[in-house]
Amino acid sequence: MLEIKNLRVTVGGKEILKGLNLTINDGEVHAIMGPNGAGKSTLSYAICGKDGYEVIEGSVLYNGKDLLSMDPNERAGEGLFLGFQYPVEIPGVSNMNFLRTALNSQRRYQGAPEVKAVDFLKLIRAKAKELDVDPEMLKRDVNVGFSGGEKKRNEMVQMAVLDPSMAILDETDSGLDIDALRIVADGINRLRGQDKSILLITHYQRLLDYVVPDFVHVLADGRIVKTGTKDLALQLEAKGYAGLGIAENAA
Amino acid sequence: MVATEQAKQTVEEVSGEYKYGFVTDIDTEKAPKGLNEDVIRFISAKKKEPEWLLDWRLKAYEKWLKMEEPKWAMVNYPEIDFQDIYYYAAPKSSEDGPKSLDEVDPELLRVYEKLGISLKEQEVLAGVAVDIVFDSVSVATTFRKKLKEAGIIFCSISEAAHDYPELMRKYLGSVVPVTDNYYSALNSAVFTDGTFVYIPKGVRCPMELSTYFRINEANTGQFERTIIIADEGSYVSYLEGCTAPQRDENQLHAAVVELITHDDAEIKYSTVQNWYPGDKDGKGGIYNFVTKRGACRGKNSKISWTQVETGSAITWKYPSCLLIGDNSVGEFYSVAITNNHQQADTGTKMIHIGNNTSSTIISKGISAGKSEATYRGLVKVMAGAENARNFTQCDSLLIGDLCGAHTVPYIEIKNPTAQVEHEATTSKISDEQLFYCLQRGLDVEDSVTLIVNGFCKDVMKHLPMEFAVEAQKLLGISLEGSVG
Repeated sequence: MLEIKNLRVTVGGKEILKGLNLTINDGEVHAIMGPNGAGKSTLSYAICGKDGYEVIEGSVLYNGKDLLSMDPNERAGEGLFLGFQYPVEIPGVSNMNFLRTALNSQRRYQGAPEVKAVDFLKLIRAKAKELDVDPEMLKRDVNVGFSGGEKKRNEMVQMAVLDPSMAILDETDSGLDIDALRIVADGINRLRGQDKSILLITHYQRLLDYVVPDFVHVLADGRIVKTGTKDLALQLEAKGYAGLGIAENAA
Repeated sequence: MVATEQAKQTVEEVSGEYKYGFVTDIDTEKAPKGLNEDVIRFISAKKKEPEWLLDWRLKAYEKWLKMEEPKWAMVNYPEIDFQDIYYYAAPKSSEDGPKSLDEVDPELLRVYEKLGISLKEQEVLAGVAVDIVFDSVSVATTFRKKLKEAGIIFCSISEAAHDYPELMRKYLGSVVPVTDNYYSALNSAVFTDGTFVYIPKGVRCPMELSTYFRINEANTGQFERTIIIADEGSYVSYLEGCTAPQRDENQLHAAVVELITHDDAEIKYSTVQNWYPGDKDGKGGIYNFVTKRGACRGKNSKISWTQVETGSAITWKYPSCLLIGDNSVGEFYSVAITNNHQQADTGTKMIHIGNNTSSTIISKGISAGKSEATYRGLVKVMAGAENARNFTQCDSLLIGDLCGAHTVPYIEIKNPTAQVEHEATTSKISDEQLFYCLQRGLDVEDSVTLIVNGFCKDVMKHLPMEFAVEAQKLLGISLEGSVG
């Protein structure tokens, strides 16, 4: 269970999150929507511990543990996964090598034995197949020369292999064609239903047609201003933020 | 981070009092400080050398006296007092080293552990006096037997002077002339150690040759001289150095390496250099002034240099190829890492002389801390060299904002049929890359190691397998503490 209480975060001295509260229980899917500059990405970075995102007040507990006192890699070890809006390229490092190093780092943190090369190969091939990803992609350097859609698919492969207990997906659906969107949605849905928690950050309700959330929140000006169900997303789609009385560029 | 207390101490001692001079019988095995004709005669006599070699040394000394230290490299260091150095000391007795690993700097042991080096090997590397019973001796013996059966000569340079005088006379100084540069002249006058390799016609050396297996040569020499000859149609892969930081008593190193390939022959020469780089403030550390050159004398011959340079306070090193034979091939693959106050000025020279010769240069420089790394390379195509080809790629990776990377390519083309390509990039490890790795569970050090190894992949893949695995870990260790 993720519990965020009164979270205030500054970036470069400017307050972006201004007292945000959010609780995500095991197995729940939450979607956060909101206008540009509302602080959606800031929320995901602050939870995961990116440098430069300074928490000035509030707490983030994950299964009772204080995430804010942990290094980013420790938070990952606790089962947190962030699907990046813009996955970065790492030249010269194959997807396989990267993912095996990542998995074994997490297992070391968890006190579990490292995965043998052979077993890892089986695992990653199986996951690639499930997600309809070309195994050749696994041999390529991490995200180097990948199209936008390929990068997002790659995030889904990583998520499937690392098998997090909580996934935060930051605009994973942006820039995807309908086929890629289906694959991404499929990846998310596979994670769901195993008592895993998911936080979807999205601009559009399109993804929510494929991954139906339990709750939808509207984030504006650094706070959650409205909470509802899937219907709220549809309302937003129909009327826009302004139509619900939310300033488009509140921040 | 490879600070070894021994090396630090002894490096200081080289310029001061010689701590190990108390034992009388060792004292007589040591030439007095400084350099003059008598010292050279002493060295030559100790090595029981033939007259011609003594003459050769003396002539080199004479020439050296008239030469000046090169100043063009982008490195700064206090002036070296060449009269304040010991030029000959007999192999160490067991009195010198630590008695057991308990006496060795724990920091050094930690690095060994990270590299996955066995306890026995750790003792040898740290200079612990060990009885000659450890595993690699028996390995070395079988090893030598096998080489002998193939007709391969693999011995110390001193042995070669006795046992193979014709070969020595023919090849010594034939690729790197005495007067090539200040340090090659110095080396020619005083060299005391090194390896001699001869691969006969048509023989493919059945194993990777490494000084590591040449017993009784555990300590790296200060003025090493290495000659490797690959006769027609032969092949050899030679490994120099060691990924583990080695105990070393000499601050100034000036080695000369000469490679010769005849028709259809190939030499692959791989180096991992990890000498004491000095402490975090730039104190101490080895000065490494090396002249390495290979001559592709025969047609279709090939010389390939691969180097991973992580150690030394000063690195001055340009492994080069003279592409004399038609269709000959020269390659240079280099990774140079500098951290803290290290300075490296390194690169290569590819001299195209024969027709249809080709060369490839891939240089990867990684700078961290307050270090400076320079790539300096020359591609020269002589007027008579038809259809020469060169491809050069120089990439620099910066970690932090106090370090520097410089690329100084020289290109001299005297034949219009030449095709020369040069690519260069400079990049930084970005916060985004780092956070991406951290978010996937890697710690900071593993993340840097991974990113740097990716950056160096094009070079690392040319290292022999077992060397490559250790070298990958070494890259990470060399950069410890450089981020975060």
